Amino acid sequence: MNEPIRRLSVVILALFLTLMIAASYIQVAAAGSLNADARNVRTLYREYGTFRGPIVVDGESIVWSKPVDDPFNYQRTYADGPLYAGVTGYYSIVFGRTGIEQTENDLLSGTADKLFWTRLSTLVSGETQRGASVELTLRSQVQKAAADALGDSAGAVVALDPRSGAVLAMVTSPTYDPASLAGHDSSQVNANYQDLLAQTNGPLVNRAIAGDTYAPGSTFKLIVSAAALEAGYSADSELYAPDQLELPDSTKTLSNYGGESCSANERQTLADSLAMSCNTSFANLGMKLGWGVIERKAEEFGWGSQLSIPLAVTPSRLPVNPDDAQTAMASIGQYDDRATPLQMAMVAAGIANDGELMTPYLVDNVRDANLRVVEQSEPKTMSHPMTRADANELTDMMVGVVEDGTGTLAQIPGVKVAGKTGTAETGTGERPHTWFVGFAPADNPVVAVAVLVENGGSTEGEATGGKVAAPIARAVMEAAIAAEGGK
Amino acid sequence: MATVTDVKVRTGRRGELGLLGLAVAIAVLARGLVDYHAAYLEIDQMLIYAGACTAVALGIHLAIRRWAPYADPVLVPAVLGLNGIGLAMIRRIDFAYAARGRETDFGQIQTMWTLIGIGLAIAVLVIVRDYRVLRRFTYTAGVLGLIGLLLPLVPGLGLQINGARIWISVFGRSLQPGEFAKIAFVIFFAGYLVSNRDTLALAGPKVLGMRFPRPRDMGPLALVWAAAMLVQIYERDLGTSLLLFGIFLSMLYVATERISWVIVGMGMFAVGAVAAGALFSHVGSRYTAWLHALDASVYSSGASEQLVRGLFGMASGGLFGTGLGEGRPDLVPYAESDFIFASLGEELGLTGLMAILTLYVIIVQRAMRTAIGVRHGFGKLLATGLGFAMALQTFIVVGGVTRVIPLTGLTTPFLAYGGSSMLANWIVVGLLLRISDQARRPDEVAA
Repeated sequence: MNEPIRRLSVVILALFLTLMIAASYIQVAAAGSLNADARNVRTLYREYGTFRGPIVVDGESIVWSKPVDDPFNYQRTYADGPLYAGVTGYYSIVFGRTGIEQTENDLLSGTADKLFWTRLSTLVSGETQRGASVELTLRSQVQKAAADALGDSAGAVVALDPRSGAVLAMVTSPTYDPASLAGHDSSQVNANYQDLLAQTNGPLVNRAIAGDTYAPGSTFKLIVSAAALEAGYSADSELYAPDQLELPDSTKTLSNYGGESCSANERQTLADSLAMSCNTSFANLGMKLGWGVIERKAEEFGWGSQLSIPLAVTPSRLPVNPDDAQTAMASIGQYDDRATPLQMAMVAAGIANDGELMTPYLVDNVRDANLRVVEQSEPKTMSHPMTRADANELTDMMVGVVEDGTGTLAQIPGVKVAGKTGTAETGTGERPHTWFVGFAPADNPVVAVAVLVENGGSTEGEATGGKVAAPIARAVMEAAIAAEGGK
Repeated sequence: MATVTDVKVRTGRRGELGLLGLAVAIAVLARGLVDYHAAYLEIDQMLIYAGACTAVALGIHLAIRRWAPYADPVLVPAVLGLNGIGLAMIRRIDFAYAARGRETDFGQIQTMWTLIGIGLAIAVLVIVRDYRVLRRFTYTAGVLGLIGLLLPLVPGLGLQINGARIWISVFGRSLQPGEFAKIAFVIFFAGYLVSNRDTLALAGPKVLGMRFPRPRDMGPLALVWAAAMLVQIYERDLGTSLLLFGIFLSMLYVATERISWVIVGMGMFAVGAVAAGALFSHVGSRYTAWLHALDASVYSSGASEQLVRGLFGMASGGLFGTGLGEGRPDLVPYAESDFIFASLGEELGLTGLMAILTLYVIIVQRAMRTAIGVRHGFGKLLATGLGFAMALQTFIVVGGVTRVIPLTGLTTPFLAYGGSSMLANWIVVGLLLRISDQARRPDEVAA
């Protein structure tokens, strides 16, 4: 019987070899696809179960992982959640991640290649892996001032440091609390999410960079002015400024805001046209310059660019091959002109920084768990849309807007403010979107701001950029100047 | 010139002592890691555990020296190593459940079963001084095996857990009589086959160039086949069915040396299994869960959820595992019993699983070596049957967890939580020790 016993032993070896091959297949060959399987909560638990780095503003954590006694080990916690929601996004076991939580995920979770040496040292020392902390460029005072000033109105505020491109404030309204989506009770989180989705005013949308783009209205006149200065015009150049401008190849005429007159003699300087936000003179100027010149200037200021700051920014748009009548309308920021509030803040920042536009960014630095800096942002030039002389001339024109034009409500005592108002018709019978873009102090700018209030916000009566948006911009600029002084 | 030389036979007892030291070290270190990661490590507790493990290992060693001095020296250390790893893993899963608010004491209960199991193995050595006496109980064993197999079907006594009806309830505890029936059947088959092997080996008709058994000798095979099919259909357990039939086929082959028996038998089983799958929905759904485990519809129906979760666990372990106490084995239902292999795969990695499978190979190959070494036909069949039973059982469970075959309700010998399996498998170890002692004993006639 020994021969069959030997053969049986071989069969047994074959059986175990099969098991070894199966285990190897599962644990090595198929491990990648099994780990990536959406049904694999283990991957989720492992990722969500590690200590995630905090998100820091002004040296204080605004988002951090708090140890808790449940299968996830840590609870993502948000201080001032609604205030920063548009930037931080949420970190949910059910709905994944958005915002900085998403774009900086590999750093926050500690899996980034940059953190290789940190991981190696924790491996050797036997400590548990900890994510890196991400410090934002936001200034809490500016952010709070912007949110307070905007109040319940739907809209957005973006404040940039024109010298570096650092984002000082990015507020979107209405907002939500990321904590309501970061809980570990998935049915509760699901219910909260459905509630947010059901709200018609879209609290999950970051209007500052990634909501609907908005017609920039008269704030677009800054681009036309910049193009005109480059084409040889000056602040004192006289423009044709009729009460009614007949549009070529069209039965329509274009008038000024409220049917007002810009000039008694149908002539007006470029500077006064900007200060009074004269539509007819800018529409005519646009047609004389030609759309190509304006389009190129707008693109130099960022239109059409795919930005990630690192949040993805919706590119602002321009009309394609407009005819003369459409060019006239587009020159006053109507027709198919569209811009994000960040784009308009970049216009202000480019002018403020002597014509040099800096690339906007939100992350100042990244430190590993041992507080060693692994990433430090350096300001980067995005483009040179204007010469220094042209920029200074346009700045003076914008100071005129605030000193005795449409933007007087943006005045700050003792500080020279440059700005431009905008009131964009939405064409839907609703109240217009109101804008203010500007910077301060005009001669040595520390902040450039863009304010958008949808449909005139919660104000009563006539909604214009000068009335609704300018006071908000003023509050933001004041806060930024105070924060700059306190640095 | 003739001289009388006194040849000293190497018993290997000293080597066994060294290997036992290794097994104790594995058990103690594994538990230390588990306690450390559960933030539960207390040095005096560890010393007590280390002392207890050493005492148990020494106890078996001394018992073997006393009652089976020539027994195989590798068998017990390999079994004890597996057992120690299993105890540590079950304790680790207790901690994992506790962290989620579920209080279990599987680890303590399993420790108790281990001690009783070792006691039973020693009792076998003390009571069964000569394995050949077991042959006298051939038919008694056959009847006992049959009763054990069918007990779960008795109304009021049988329990259906997790779909399979292979448990009975005794004094409020669930018991798997099939585990003990397995041993009874091996004794029965060995006794029966050693008496009837000449008849069964007779040549029958020649088909396709191969000599097949005579149809009139097919009776026993048909009977076991019928029993296996009944188990699969009424106890809803493919595992026990496959195990029972596999043991019989392997022993029949060894007894008759005729491969044709294996071909006929495997053909019958395949036909029966496919027919059962087609005719009975609960059998069929097990096949579907196996073949289409990752399909969204099968997974969401819950049929393959446990299996797939086990696969996820093993995949997350990768080559080296998460480390004992650092994975999430508790995410797989029955992580401490049916899926202990997946739990081990997650935390010890492929490296750990290879080591564990190698330990099984060592245990089973020692049984086979014993079968070759023993002189008596009954002993050869007995050792083969016991060894192959353990191999096949491991293959069926682990193969189920690793998706080589459909998932079944058997337990992983020495690793999985469960008293019946622990006791039965230690009895098997006792029997193998006894047979190997007689196989390796210097010729008694000379003494």
